[in-house]
Amino acid sequence: MANDKRVAVLGVGMHPWGKWGRNFVEYGVAAAQAALADAGVPWEDIDYVAGADTIRNGYPGFIAGATFAQALGWTGAQVSSSYAACASGAAALSNARAQILAGFSDVALVVGADTTPKGFFKPVGGERRDDPDWLRFHLLGATNPTYFALYARRRMAIYGATEEDFAQVKVKNARHGLENPNARYRKEVTVEEVLASPVVSDPLRLLEICATSDGGAALVICSMEYAKKHGVSSPVTVNGVATVTPTFPNTVIEMPNFATDSSVSVPQEGRSFRASIAHAAYEQAGIGPEDVSLAEVYDLSSALELDWYEDIGLCGEGKAEQLLRDGDTTIGGRVPVNPSGGLACFGEAIPAQAIAQVCEATWQLRGQATGRQVEGATVAVTANQGLFGHGSSVVLAR
Amino acid sequence: MTPVQQVAVEGFFDPTIPALLGTRCVECATVFFPAEETSCRNPHCTSTALEAMTLSTRGTVWSYTDAQYQPPPPYVAADPYVPFALAAVELEKEGIVVLGQLAHGIGVDQLSVGMEVELVTEVLYSDEEAEHLVWKWRPVNNNG
Repeated sequence: MANDKRVAVLGVGMHPWGKWGRNFVEYGVAAAQAALADAGVPWEDIDYVAGADTIRNGYPGFIAGATFAQALGWTGAQVSSSYAACASGAAALSNARAQILAGFSDVALVVGADTTPKGFFKPVGGERRDDPDWLRFHLLGATNPTYFALYARRRMAIYGATEEDFAQVKVKNARHGLENPNARYRKEVTVEEVLASPVVSDPLRLLEICATSDGGAALVICSMEYAKKHGVSSPVTVNGVATVTPTFPNTVIEMPNFATDSSVSVPQEGRSFRASIAHAAYEQAGIGPEDVSLAEVYDLSSALELDWYEDIGLCGEGKAEQLLRDGDTTIGGRVPVNPSGGLACFGEAIPAQAIAQVCEATWQLRGQATGRQVEGATVAVTANQGLFGHGSSVVLAR
Repeated sequence: MTPVQQVAVEGFFDPTIPALLGTRCVECATVFFPAEETSCRNPHCTSTALEAMTLSTRGTVWSYTDAQYQPPPPYVAADPYVPFALAAVELEKEGIVVLGQLAHGIGVDQLSVGMEVELVTEVLYSDEEAEHLVWKWRPVNNNG
């Protein structure tokens, strides 16, 4: 066996993304029940619950693991809760996987859900002058889209990306998500429509920036022995999970900071933070980008998806536009990216999103992604990045 | 009567120079902005001695954008809202990139990556208490 540090994905489930206006617990429970049903594992058999936290839904959100465990009915299972911004879901998965690989758990539930307010994400309330997230809004008015726009403009200046390229990413993802029952937005758009939508932060337009959504996603994962006993001979497996920090000095400006690290004493060498995330997952898995059949990446903006092509190794630096223009990342192309429709079709439900990426990868690797199937998919990679130096990548195979 | 002027948040810049206020590690010379006061964040350095310094007041634009929609609080927006441009500016000597709004009236059509800009002081917002000041970037006018 090439990699004995695998765990099996026995079941996946989601509550559809939208703006439902209900309690986040409801979405998480629905997703958990769907994942348990998909796995054919009764809730009472789950011996470990890993929750991904939401910071916007009060104390129950901060202790999501226990909140979901209580809602599903206390069983005495071991429990944990993880907060890692956009990577929270992968952090929860990483916890559960480690418990299984250490032999402390046989079968675990990983679950995250969110209920979001309208409009821009904003910092937690109150006057907090020592919080960089509060400071960047107060002193600079620097919303999340302004950071995405800085990366987009940089791509245009350095690599010759065009506004049409960015719009084309949105067009592609909108088409991918058309038949995804869990997607919030299922409507085709044209390049002209994208370019006619109002500028939010130059050069990014309203249709190119991901919305904030309600949603829930869950996984049932288990040891390879448990899967075999359960009668699943060739499960989708998790082969690598990375939740690495940046390496000093991190010379790319990132939310919520208003300055980078200084490279005056230690030069920036090797991979950027974003590139290091997927690289660490590939290394664990013993699988390289050349083996990847499909990728689910964090298209917080249309332009950011192009950065990810390079960061997950699908092409060399500055080559992402060509990959897109050649149709390589469209379903039917060499390595489809965001076959689910991505954040363009979902919007972001923070603690659920990294889990949702794994759900999609699992459906794709099982050949169950109706209307958006990547034919013959054997390896999938997910990647995301959020505030405060958090990011994650998961490599799955079948 | 001249209104009272004060920095919007203490410790980030000196509006009289004007210059950004940082610290520098006494051992390895790594620069920190905002000022780091506890210990050096270079993982290869164990120093806890950091000295106050001011950062270069000129740099080059790493990238830029604007905010066409009004940011949520705690941003204090003018009524009616006036969009502003924002730039990430590379300070060569410090090896650091620092964000800042562009001076009033400077839009994205007046900016380009690599352009030289300089630090200026402007009013971020006014209330009954004072005019609250912040640092901003302004293109260096090479044409005089």
